[in-house]
Amino acid sequence: MKKEITEPLNISENNFEQCVKCTICTVYCPVLEVNPDYPGPKQSGPDGERLRLKDPNFFDESLKLCLNCKRCEIACPHGVKIGDIIQMARIKYSKKKPKLRDMILANTDIVGTVASTFAPIVNPIVALKPVRRVMDAVLKIDHHRMFPEYTGMRFETWYRKYAEKKQSDFKKHVSYFHGCYVNYNFPQLGKDLIKIMNAAGYGVHLLEKEKCCGVALISNGLIKQATKQAKHNVEAFKKSIVEKNMPVISTSSTCIFTIRDEYPHLLGVKNEEIRDESELATRFLFRLIDLGKLKLVFKENYKKRIAYHTPCHMEKLGWSVYSTTLLKMIPGIDFMSLESRCCGIAGTYGFKKENYETSQGIGKPLFNQIDCSNVDFVATDCETCKWQIEMSTTKKVEHPISILAEALDVEATMKLWQE
Amino acid sequence: MKFNNIIIGGGLSGLTCGIKLAEQGKKCAIVSSGQSAIHFFSGSFDLLSKVDGQEVKNPLEAMKTLPDSHPYQRVGVENIARLAVEAPQFLNRAGLQFLGQADQNHFVLTPMGIMKPTWLTLDDFTRFEPKDTFPWKKAVILNFSGFLDFHSLFVQDGLKKFDVDAQIKNFAMKEFEAIRRNPSEMRSTNIAKVFDQGEDALNEFAEKVNLLSEGFELVILPAVFGLFNKNVVTDLKSKINKPLVLLPVIPPSVPGIRSQILLRKRFEALGGTYFLGDNVEEGTFENKRLVSIQTNNHGDIKLEADQFVLAGGSFYSKGIVAARNKLYEPIFGLDIDGDTVSDKWLDEKFFNDQPYMHYGLKTDSDFRVLMNGQPIENLYAAGSVLGGANALKEGSGAGISLLTSLHVAEQILK
Repeated sequence: MKKEITEPLNISENNFEQCVKCTICTVYCPVLEVNPDYPGPKQSGPDGERLRLKDPNFFDESLKLCLNCKRCEIACPHGVKIGDIIQMARIKYSKKKPKLRDMILANTDIVGTVASTFAPIVNPIVALKPVRRVMDAVLKIDHHRMFPEYTGMRFETWYRKYAEKKQSDFKKHVSYFHGCYVNYNFPQLGKDLIKIMNAAGYGVHLLEKEKCCGVALISNGLIKQATKQAKHNVEAFKKSIVEKNMPVISTSSTCIFTIRDEYPHLLGVKNEEIRDESELATRFLFRLIDLGKLKLVFKENYKKRIAYHTPCHMEKLGWSVYSTTLLKMIPGIDFMSLESRCCGIAGTYGFKKENYETSQGIGKPLFNQIDCSNVDFVATDCETCKWQIEMSTTKKVEHPISILAEALDVEATMKLWQE
Repeated sequence: MKFNNIIIGGGLSGLTCGIKLAEQGKKCAIVSSGQSAIHFFSGSFDLLSKVDGQEVKNPLEAMKTLPDSHPYQRVGVENIARLAVEAPQFLNRAGLQFLGQADQNHFVLTPMGIMKPTWLTLDDFTRFEPKDTFPWKKAVILNFSGFLDFHSLFVQDGLKKFDVDAQIKNFAMKEFEAIRRNPSEMRSTNIAKVFDQGEDALNEFAEKVNLLSEGFELVILPAVFGLFNKNVVTDLKSKINKPLVLLPVIPPSVPGIRSQILLRKRFEALGGTYFLGDNVEEGTFENKRLVSIQTNNHGDIKLEADQFVLAGGSFYSKGIVAARNKLYEPIFGLDIDGDTVSDKWLDEKFFNDQPYMHYGLKTDSDFRVLMNGQPIENLYAAGSVLGGANALKEGSGAGISLLTSLHVAEQILK
């Protein structure tokens, strides 16, 4: 059945003309609530765009206070891409050059490579109070922040050494975009993913060479480099998806959001060929279960009370339902949903000295809810949310994939499809 | 993803339908493209305020004179009378206290300073019984300095007609200095957030109000209290030592957003799934039934249900779209009840009863939508997308949304 659709005439790509000035977006902006120096999504987005089109001098550097959480876009009744308009304006008009600090924070894979190589030295040093004071004074990286620990053995190295060979034993295959966090900081999450996928009957492979998705480069104004990495990644994804017919899964909500949506919207890097088959592991697993192609068996004795936090980009993707549905399948889980609110970190944003107060102010209601929740731990799909929540509350944070991996009865699950 | 019922549209109509179905144990999902018109809520729900330009005293009686094509007539006046009793109880279960009767309109004071007939009013606001009298003679209208969305002069002017001596006073508080730095952000919701956060601001505010209202019988304030924290209004009323009348302000509406939040929470507490910021792109039909829908966020993971409800609003919410020379329903391409010739859409006199305001989806007697003249057996329509009424002229928008949604839920539960 073909429906009639008439595209409206004369609408810009970022559809700022469709704003009806209802101000609903401003209600849901987490920054505006704590920092009135930010002009707010309506003023920064569609309203400001009108002025900037007339004269780029109307660009206001305070747009850098936008977290790019996209909660304004989710709230907008008319589908205006408010977040994109603001980010594009920063890319197009900002005259501020990224500082040394911004480059250090943004180049997660260069810094990650160096730091993980010297992990035994780097980890204790950056954790030292005097060092943090110096970084605060010289680099303006807030001294309250602890850098996530770097691992001595990178995920890629571990994979090649211990996991790669076994993967060809399976009939079905996926590629895994692990991202910087799994590679340099927390390989265990990647190991957990392989455990689940193998139990589900899938071999897990790495891309030919993945580069950082570039989200931190975009937010720190290093657009040329971000575009280069985006093009590289799209080609690497194509090799897996188009040539080898292997979908790409990831465990980081922000990486996958950036690759699917920010590449075409902000960097102009086309990704139609790979977009549909680039997704989160929890969505991949949910689909198989929903279609009756997979059943997960869980251990009887796993008992935990957990609270799920919806990261902003997960809210924008609309995908938290996949992670939460999977978690709720574990019989021993006592599940609660936290109110969907920004935690305030927004990647590198919260590390910057000038944003520290805003960042913690934004997260405060969430932290209070977590501290009062009486749970064993918090579950979330985003690594930077994890750092923020662990730093600001008394609770530990686990990725849904790690929780599933711990609760999974691997042998019983494998038996179901091996028979 | 499988549900018993899926509702497209997450505003008053969609939430009403979803909650009613979930209360009966149905596993429901709501797909909403963004936040809804409840954000513009004035504090009152109208059932029927005017017929042929005349104010209505008894909506249930006046309803009988409406044309057969009107949603109220199609639901049936007896059904409407029954559902109109149920509606406030239904809202009450979500934590929203509404007062009013379907057989007798009461009045509320508008921000323009006039009395307007209405059906149900949220307990934040004051109900007036006779239209022509005002119980107080000396009132003070207080406003926050720099808050431009409350037009106290209109209120003062309007109150003159009731022989009320009303004085306007503006005042400042240090808690608002931060928001005022940004002139476009001195908004109702940002003021409300300050009072939500702690009792200190409210105490200081109440003290100020008590001081400024010395010598007056009544305090009038903009309705900017209790956004996420619903107790603020009650606290405020107990702290001010005079009667308090709150008046709605230019949107976003604080009581409206609170209502939206409470309705969504009620829906989710009953096990419902609310997908916000997602758009339905198309449907799969088999044997005159809608089997599943595909959304922007969920892509190939389709949402399946036994029954679907289309409650996505009318032109403003893009439930119906007018192109240059045709009207269409943008999700499924359903049949529309409206003129095909665009010359007939508008009356050149702006304030006349505009023909397009009556347009909506074609539905059968059970409110199931039609496609190419054939009813879709499990796809219903509710709320303003139904057409057959000029909600603006009649003052019937909320009544139609609430009551047709309850009615459609009953059809599904049959």
